Amino acid sequence: MSLPSYATPLERVGFHSYRLYCFGVLFFLIMPVLIIIPLSFNAEPYFSFTEGMLNLDSSAFSLRWYADMVNNPQWVNALKNSIIIASASTLLATTLGTMAALGLSRRDMPLRNAVMALLISPMIVPVIIAAAGMYFFYTSLGLAQTYTGVILAHAVLGIPFVVITVTATLTGFDHSLTRASANLGAGPVYTFFKVTMPLIRPGVISGGLFAFGTSFDEVVVVLFVSGAEQRTVPRQMWSGIREQISPTILAVATLLIVMSVLLLITLELLRRRNARMRGLRE
Amino acid sequence: MKYEAITTSTLVEPPLDIDARKRLKQQLRQAERWNRSKAFLLVVPLLLFVGITFVMPIIEMLHRSVYDPLVADSLPRTVAALKQWDRQQLPEEAIYAVLAEELVSLQEQHELSKVAGRLNSEYSGMRSLLSKSARRLSRKDTITRLIDTGSVRTAMIDIDQRWSDIAPWAAIKNLSSRYTLSYYLAALDMRYDENGEISAQPEQRQIYKTLLLKTFAISALITALCLILGYPLAHLLATLPESRSNLLMIMVLLPFWTSLLVRTTSWIVLLQTEGVINDVLIHLGLISERLRMIHNMFGTVIAMTHILLPFMVLPLYSVMKNISPSYMRAARSLGAKPGYAFIHIYLPQTLPGIGAGAILTFILSIGFYITPALVGGRSGQMISNFIAYHMQTSLNWGLAAALGGILLAMVLLLYSVYNRLVGINNLKVG
Repeated sequence: MSLPSYATPLERVGFHSYRLYCFGVLFFLIMPVLIIIPLSFNAEPYFSFTEGMLNLDSSAFSLRWYADMVNNPQWVNALKNSIIIASASTLLATTLGTMAALGLSRRDMPLRNAVMALLISPMIVPVIIAAAGMYFFYTSLGLAQTYTGVILAHAVLGIPFVVITVTATLTGFDHSLTRASANLGAGPVYTFFKVTMPLIRPGVISGGLFAFGTSFDEVVVVLFVSGAEQRTVPRQMWSGIREQISPTILAVATLLIVMSVLLLITLELLRRRNARMRGLRE
Repeated sequence: MKYEAITTSTLVEPPLDIDARKRLKQQLRQAERWNRSKAFLLVVPLLLFVGITFVMPIIEMLHRSVYDPLVADSLPRTVAALKQWDRQQLPEEAIYAVLAEELVSLQEQHELSKVAGRLNSEYSGMRSLLSKSARRLSRKDTITRLIDTGSVRTAMIDIDQRWSDIAPWAAIKNLSSRYTLSYYLAALDMRYDENGEISAQPEQRQIYKTLLLKTFAISALITALCLILGYPLAHLLATLPESRSNLLMIMVLLPFWTSLLVRTTSWIVLLQTEGVINDVLIHLGLISERLRMIHNMFGTVIAMTHILLPFMVLPLYSVMKNISPSYMRAARSLGAKPGYAFIHIYLPQTLPGIGAGAILTFILSIGFYITPALVGGRSGQMISNFIAYHMQTSLNWGLAAALGGILLAMVLLLYSVYNRLVGINNLKVG
């Protein structure tokens, strides 16, 4: 939208203040994310810009907090745990979620809406409720304080994302392709891997990325279900913030921001590819 | 398609008799049923998975919010004896004797503190009363002597005057059944009084109603702030040419994709007393004393608004994207002032987006835990934080479960409204 040439002065003022307001809101959104990055290179153990940093004095910047992070076995271990738990739960969520989405996208699926509502509920129900319930139930099953317990819990939290993205990819999926494949003698499994999967792959991958991101950022369930052994990166950040906040957290945070930028780029590429494959215009 | 047509036509001729038609119909129905079950079979593994790992835990939590066997299991004979008691006058000597015996045996097995603690939440002072009485009664031979002489009641009243009151007895009776609403009552600042009727908690013990109202108020405030900040922004994103709006969209999506803990950390860094915002304000000479902006309600509201803003912007954007600009142009060319055209033409068309965004933001914020826990301090605590407190610190799991049950009911109610309004099939992520 741009201002028409016949706009009155009052309208001009209104238009420009509206623009200014919007940029203010964008600044509010992006500034807290970006401010962490320069602060993580602070040579001093402060959470604010020092004189030297403002003068761009190179001695005021250092990588000491990054070195601290790499040399701290707690952080390294937490990263290892996060990767194990997020990968396993993503695999589980993506497999089960994709299968279910295939069933849900068929026209003859009974009770479609009720099933969908149930499968999406882990995204809607507050995590604290799920975490409290899991604490009781997983303890009674002997799953509390085990990797299995945390992986199962994270998988179920990631499932709604997989179901939503894959079902969305499957709307407009041409089912005559699978019929054609069956007609040519392919079994259902072969058809799935050779015909369906290549077409829905962008949706499956982005669902998987959502599930991975969910697990990688999850702390409440970890607080309730995991033990000291399964400390993840968010759990380590949590105690870092609560107990003694050290600038090492800023270094970790910067790495996580870089990770989300990469994730965002991948998702955007996948979205474009999906749109192209389905013949939608960009 | 052509093949199908040919085979069908060859099948149809010559006209079928009734039996053949029935058979065909039956086969069709069978095939349809098989198709339906194939679709269902694909969903079954996930349904089972979600059922076991997610639904069962929640059912278990809800069960705990009403199931309270502690008193019935610890004092079985007293509970049975009190069944007939009418709450009007002090129980008979025999009931005192039964309780005394059970207290002594609990004391010997070191099991008294748990049940005393539970009774204490019903009637304050019960913990000390029970442990004191049990200690005195378990002195050597005391209890047998008292039972033989039939003077347990007098002795217990001697130990503590409160045994001459019906209140402690009423407390035991109130908690004597295995299934109880007492946790829910406690979560709503109510309790069973001495007569077994539901009444309000004493003033100084009322905290949860205020907490619920505060949670609602904070969530409503955050939703309103998100709407005020998000509406113009969504409009800008929806009306700018694609190439430029894509860049701005990244500025909305990047925070959305950034770890919650990272965003909370950055607000701590920004808002703390020695933080960036205070530094800037001091440097500009706007303030002389550093402001306290974190570990209070202000910090919670700011950080949560920032975290939830994308959830408001994205649904608004997808609705506004589909509104043709010609409506506004038509309104203007018919003589409407910008404000009038906005209120009567544009705003009504965006209502579905406002509804979807507002409900989503509200649902997410009433159950929020992490941010209030880290930046909320005392005044910024919400219902989730109390659930965590009772789960981890006070270990009053029944009350935690009841608070969870209330929160769950509110969220499910809003979820069904959202479902009615938007349809979960239209739920999008990213």
